[in-house]
Amino acid sequence: MTKVNTKLDRRSFLKVSALAGGGMMLSFSWLAGCKPTVEEELGLPKEWFELNSYIKIGENGAVTLYSPNPEFGSNVKTSMPMILAEELDTDWKNVWVEQADFYPERFDRQFTGGSQGIRMGWTPLRTAGATARAMLVAAAAQNWNVPANEITTSAGILEHKASGKKANYGEMASLAATLEVPEEVELKDINDFKIIGHSKKNVDGQKIVSGKPLFAIDHKVEGMKYAAIVHPPAFGMRLKSFDKSSVMGMSGIQDVFPVNVFKDDYVQNFFDTTTFPEIIAIVGNSTWEVMQAKKNLVAEWEKAPETKIAMAGFGGNSMEVTVPAGLENSSSHKSRMAEFLKKPGTVVRKDGDPEGMFKKAAKVIERTYSAPFLAHNTMEPMNCFADVKGDRAVIYGPTQAPEFIMGTISSSLGIPRENIQINLARMGGGFGRRAYSHHMVEAALISQKIQAPVKMVYSREDDMSAGVYRPTYSATYRAALDENNNLLALHVKAGGIPESPLHANRFPAGALDHYMAESWDIPSNITIGAFRAPRSNFIAGAEQSFLDELAEEMGKDPIDFRLELLKRAETDPVGSNNDYDPKRYAGVLQLVKEKSNWSQAQSNVHRGVSAYFCHNSYVAEVVDTVIKDNKPVVESVYAAVDCGIVVNPDAAANMGEGAIVDGIGNAFFGELAFNNGAPTKTNFDTYRMIRQKESPKKIEVHFVESTENPTGLGEPLFPPVFAALANSLYKATGKRYYEQPFAPQLEMENLRM
Amino acid sequence: MAQFNLNVNGKTQQVDVDPSTPLLWVLRDHLDLVGTKFGCGIAQCGACTIHLNGTAVRSCQLPVSAAEGAQITTIEGLSENGDHPVQQAWMEHDVPQCGYCQAGQIMTAAALLQQNPNPSDEEIENAMNGNICRCGTYLRIKAAVKTASQKL
Repeated sequence: MTKVNTKLDRRSFLKVSALAGGGMMLSFSWLAGCKPTVEEELGLPKEWFELNSYIKIGENGAVTLYSPNPEFGSNVKTSMPMILAEELDTDWKNVWVEQADFYPERFDRQFTGGSQGIRMGWTPLRTAGATARAMLVAAAAQNWNVPANEITTSAGILEHKASGKKANYGEMASLAATLEVPEEVELKDINDFKIIGHSKKNVDGQKIVSGKPLFAIDHKVEGMKYAAIVHPPAFGMRLKSFDKSSVMGMSGIQDVFPVNVFKDDYVQNFFDTTTFPEIIAIVGNSTWEVMQAKKNLVAEWEKAPETKIAMAGFGGNSMEVTVPAGLENSSSHKSRMAEFLKKPGTVVRKDGDPEGMFKKAAKVIERTYSAPFLAHNTMEPMNCFADVKGDRAVIYGPTQAPEFIMGTISSSLGIPRENIQINLARMGGGFGRRAYSHHMVEAALISQKIQAPVKMVYSREDDMSAGVYRPTYSATYRAALDENNNLLALHVKAGGIPESPLHANRFPAGALDHYMAESWDIPSNITIGAFRAPRSNFIAGAEQSFLDELAEEMGKDPIDFRLELLKRAETDPVGSNNDYDPKRYAGVLQLVKEKSNWSQAQSNVHRGVSAYFCHNSYVAEVVDTVIKDNKPVVESVYAAVDCGIVVNPDAAANMGEGAIVDGIGNAFFGELAFNNGAPTKTNFDTYRMIRQKESPKKIEVHFVESTENPTGLGEPLFPPVFAALANSLYKATGKRYYEQPFAPQLEMENLRM
Repeated sequence: MAQFNLNVNGKTQQVDVDPSTPLLWVLRDHLDLVGTKFGCGIAQCGACTIHLNGTAVRSCQLPVSAAEGAQITTIEGLSENGDHPVQQAWMEHDVPQCGYCQAGQIMTAAALLQQNPNPSDEEIENAMNGNICRCGTYLRIKAAVKTASQKL
């Protein structure tokens, strides 16, 4: 057992009644609560007793657990309460789960992103569960007049064996809720886990399959208006003027007005990214009517000059960020990136004497990889409900990061934070896009202007053309080989528009005596943001494709080659700041080798392998493709994952499968190009998404058995699949694939895509 | 504006809307049936799939004027207690991630199985190809359709 001090998390243990707002605010709606099972269910209790911010228990033993983090499909709404329930030692079938709304004074880190929810929540949630359990035990000890350390718990039952006394948690809840929060609690031995590690169904599953309102876009209140927005048609453009009369007579249209997202003197934060700080809002009686008006609105746009944005920096300083002027094109992006083949970048890591090794090399292999901008394309377009009246605001919207937008909303509305309530909606996908919540500010400003509740909905075209994309990247890898094909040195030079994808201290840094990493970037007015495994989602594909080609050149099996490098990094690492554990890295390669039966190649099945470390987790993947009817078909994908303890195994596998499908889709098809600043694709008729037919026919996700604390899972299975696919396609077609998306090149091989 | 009598999930409902209004928005904004989702507005993603006289159609491209007189079924009306074999199979395979596209997937699958109770893998892939799942739950969707076909 581990003892943890509860002091760190003490704010989570404050009683709701002691906080401003009172208990009624805790639950946005009781109806939003979820019952995981229907059999043997305990009914609603007459009274709830709150043991801490996360846990309340009814007099009948029913338990409500609040899931603190926003849910975008990674299933934290099930797995976070599982961690609470484990340490509370309750029966999962008596648990109701509710989505917590945004209460930073009650919950830690209400942020979904960076695959950190479970990793960062692990100890706080365990502590919250164990603390509530300790208070129930203390209440029973007081009630029965026996020593607390003689009381055991199991599945929501307290027992004192010596005296034969037994009670369910509900019987002790009212007393427990009045007791002092213990200073220190014991956490379970991980071998005693009964819930963690045992698959539980999605707590919202029944609601999802029966079409219940769960998303912000489903929200409606009495008197609510509907809003659409119109934004400039291209990056580098801004609003000049619009003709209100072009839509004011139209059916159901109430008002048209410009919206300025930020106050002039506002200092932005990193997550305030928005492409168009001034947009036009159209307000009316129904979604269809405002969308019709959108088409009719006559507006004039003009080229935006270079602008400077004040951005909050470290230590309370602000810095100035320049947004360049101009209408950009994909063709010029490509040529500007290609200039860096000859131009130097900034050296971000150098071990040994790489330049010397390249001079004396018998052979140099150089390959350049690239990938385009990508749109997130969440299935639920950006939208938000807001009700702003006077100096109060209620915002209900899809956001991964309420904390990062609260200050913006407060500044833009001119309403203090304490008068603003952000409620958290289930999101129809996030993938990083909803870490940037300008849509919430927009809806709030529209509601403030009309002083009525409003639901603002982007069209798919608005959503796809509003920016905050995955950047376009390029990376050149060079290897120096001696006359016996021994690897002397490796050099990577990578960059992008407008950021570099390089992680200089990741593998294969640390495994090579002579290594150099150079980084560059090119400014742009095309806005970018986190996209599932930022930067890793490109550099993994480039690096792991290059290692595959290098292994072939050196006459080595691609898995054995990687294992050799990792052995070197483990036994005699080069440099001191390598940010990966070579043993765990090798572990997933060994596991995928075993699970995919790597050593026994089948004829006509073309295999590619790849491995990557990101978000604190290790993943190796093998992709098998076959050519069927002149079409590449992904027959099987095998993944081996080391993410520490797996909380909810089947749901974890589901997310892994999804990441693999997502990666294969983007590798084959994902691309957003620009023509005079305008995205060339604005809907799914031209932006090709992976569909059922292109999905792999089989995916196996294998987890390394582990007693390590959990690490990231939503992102790490995504980056490696790009190279596993490319390496497999090479085996299938005899051609290497350097440029994403692959589909156009496969078509040039006369394959059907 | 014009009045339309719609038969939705076995009930007749009257709405007063512009005749060009897609059924999707009539369902969502006027009849408060929000299970049918808006995804693309151009019949490319399948999130808005409903049944019109038992056939899966994209409600974002169906003007309300064309829906009068037809039997309209939405996800809310697929079964009384959310226990249609397809819905049960979706629960059994724990298909959803974000969940946004799943109503459309389920409606497409239910219509497929109505017409073809024992579809092959290829027939499932063909029938489900119009429904995008951005989370990539395609394998579980296919497995759930197969499970449902065995229960029907």
